[in-house]
Amino acid sequence: MLAFAIRRLFEAAFVMVTVALLAFVLFRFVGDPVNQMVGQDTSIEDRIRLREELGLNDPIPVQFGRFLADAARFEFGISYQMKQPVTTIIAERFPATLELALAAALFALALGIPMGVYTGIHRDSWLSKFFLSVSLIGVSLPTFLIGILLIYVFAVWLGVLPSFGRGDVVRVGFWRTGLLTVSGLKALILPAVTLGLFQMTLVTRLVRSEMLEVLRTDYIKFARARGLPQRAINFGHALKNTLVPVITVIGLQLGAIIAFAIITETVFQWPGMGLMFIQAVQNADIPIMAAYLMLVAFLFVLINFIVDLIYVRVDPRIRIYGRGV
Amino acid sequence: MNELPRNVSTSGPLPRISAEVAAGAAAPRSRLAAFVDSDLLHSFLQSKLVVAAAIVTALLVGAALLAPLIAPHDPYDLRSLSLLDSNMPPAWETGGDQRYLLGTDDQGRDILSTILYGTRSSILIGICSVMLAIAIGLSLGLWAGYAGGRVDSVVMRIADVQLTFPAILTALLIDGVVLAIVRNYRMEGSKFWILVVAIGLSFWVQYARTVRGVTLVERNKEYVEAARLIGLHPLKIMFQHILPNVLGPVLVIATINLALAVITEATLSFLGVGLPPTEPSLGTMIQIGNKYLFSGSWWMVAFPGLTLALLALAVNLLGDWLRDALNPKLR
Repeated sequence: MLAFAIRRLFEAAFVMVTVALLAFVLFRFVGDPVNQMVGQDTSIEDRIRLREELGLNDPIPVQFGRFLADAARFEFGISYQMKQPVTTIIAERFPATLELALAAALFALALGIPMGVYTGIHRDSWLSKFFLSVSLIGVSLPTFLIGILLIYVFAVWLGVLPSFGRGDVVRVGFWRTGLLTVSGLKALILPAVTLGLFQMTLVTRLVRSEMLEVLRTDYIKFARARGLPQRAINFGHALKNTLVPVITVIGLQLGAIIAFAIITETVFQWPGMGLMFIQAVQNADIPIMAAYLMLVAFLFVLINFIVDLIYVRVDPRIRIYGRGV
Repeated sequence: MNELPRNVSTSGPLPRISAEVAAGAAAPRSRLAAFVDSDLLHSFLQSKLVVAAAIVTALLVGAALLAPLIAPHDPYDLRSLSLLDSNMPPAWETGGDQRYLLGTDDQGRDILSTILYGTRSSILIGICSVMLAIAIGLSLGLWAGYAGGRVDSVVMRIADVQLTFPAILTALLIDGVVLAIVRNYRMEGSKFWILVVAIGLSFWVQYARTVRGVTLVERNKEYVEAARLIGLHPLKIMFQHILPNVLGPVLVIATINLALAVITEATLSFLGVGLPPTEPSLGTMIQIGNKYLFSGSWWMVAFPGLTLALLALAVNLLGDWLRDALNPKLR
């Protein structure tokens, strides 16, 4: 177990250093950092002095080392566009994205698991076929199109839900949450549904195929032979054994949710990190792009690491395999 | 389904890639034809849904490729536009004009013509980027699987790192970086090729992993051994002897990826980092229309959105069917 964890940790560190190298190359070589920071009327002497101060004349490996040290403390300098420290900007926007991502994951699980169980048990009912067609459409439709459709129906046509922003937010410590106000919760519904729909279809299909597999096994047949009620078999025995892969997939999908939040946040003008990133891309704001890249990579690696560990704890077969290799 | 490989091998403006793909596709063409005659065609005709998807795909692709011939207006010709014609509803609504069947956008462009041209850009970008991804993934996968050792571990490590991120994020990043470079050095680059590179580079991993897996198995078979013994060049063994064996799975991934590439292009354009409003793709049109959603101009979003959804759904269905038909192990 410990050897497995350490090996995974090394792999995670490798990914992080690779991504840091990419971010550094971006930061250092795409455009000139000095030109981006100063105005047109800055004299050449000032530019040379600034260049020396920023350490841009040092050898590249030294600069990369400094970049790594800064990145470890999450220091990415000043945004070219907003003239604020990147850390401040991200700290402001991180809570919005995290709340949105968690709400979306919750939505996906709360609807996806029951739908998956139902379609797994009642394979041929018309409701199952309906669920599966909906899930096929959910997989095929681009996220932004679903968002626009929801806005049109619920904001333009019915006028019951807001179409943009976060509503009122409450400050709890450094965390600005929209979960404690009515308008904040109302504003969360449409973006969370948009973001979670794809994951919901994924969970439905996964739970369904796992259920189909498990219901065929001997111990289910045995439970039936013992005369256990159908409900106890379906939920007590079958569903429990499908949940391991579901938890894994949802864990890994949390990363995808954060990435797809870029699209959802743009559609709903949700003031999170995704919207910040897309504005940075449009404005070639490299420090923000580099910081976002590092942060997302860190989140992904962290999630992967935790999921791997959970998986090993839950499924002993992997532990043995891990020792063998 | 016959038209997909044909598109892949002929319409490629990248000479190196098309040469590679053609070299691979030429050999198994006859085998594929024989295959189509038997199981594949049968299972194809079995499902009405799949036939419908094929017809929809063929219609959309055909209409898109013939856009300059059948479109009633030329949306790229700025002289023909008149702002007086802007924001017109479809012809059957009050205030509609018979000249513009599906209405006009905020510049006075005919929606129908713009959809035709936009679908053409979307499909072309999709095909080119999938071809780029295949070229990279196939070459690296063959190389890694055949050479093994250090090459293998380096290529697969890169693949692992990239696989940590969703493709859309990679595409966005590459797009953003290229945009930043183009802006800083004031290069006149076509957005079309930037998109192809961004999407192509974010999709190669899947091909590389699949091809490597098959190559690892094929490498140890007797025919490869024999080819090596008579002193054939490793490149010849890789591309002429092993390549035909990996084309099946590659074709399946390519079909599903085509839908994904079209969606990715539309997403990037919608986010404002794809094709510019002067040469709109479906995503750009939806982005423009989205601004006018609250003023009731639903047609600016609805028709391009419907086209995109139909295209993605139809190609997805074809891909799913192809995967199941080629893989008897799947339910």
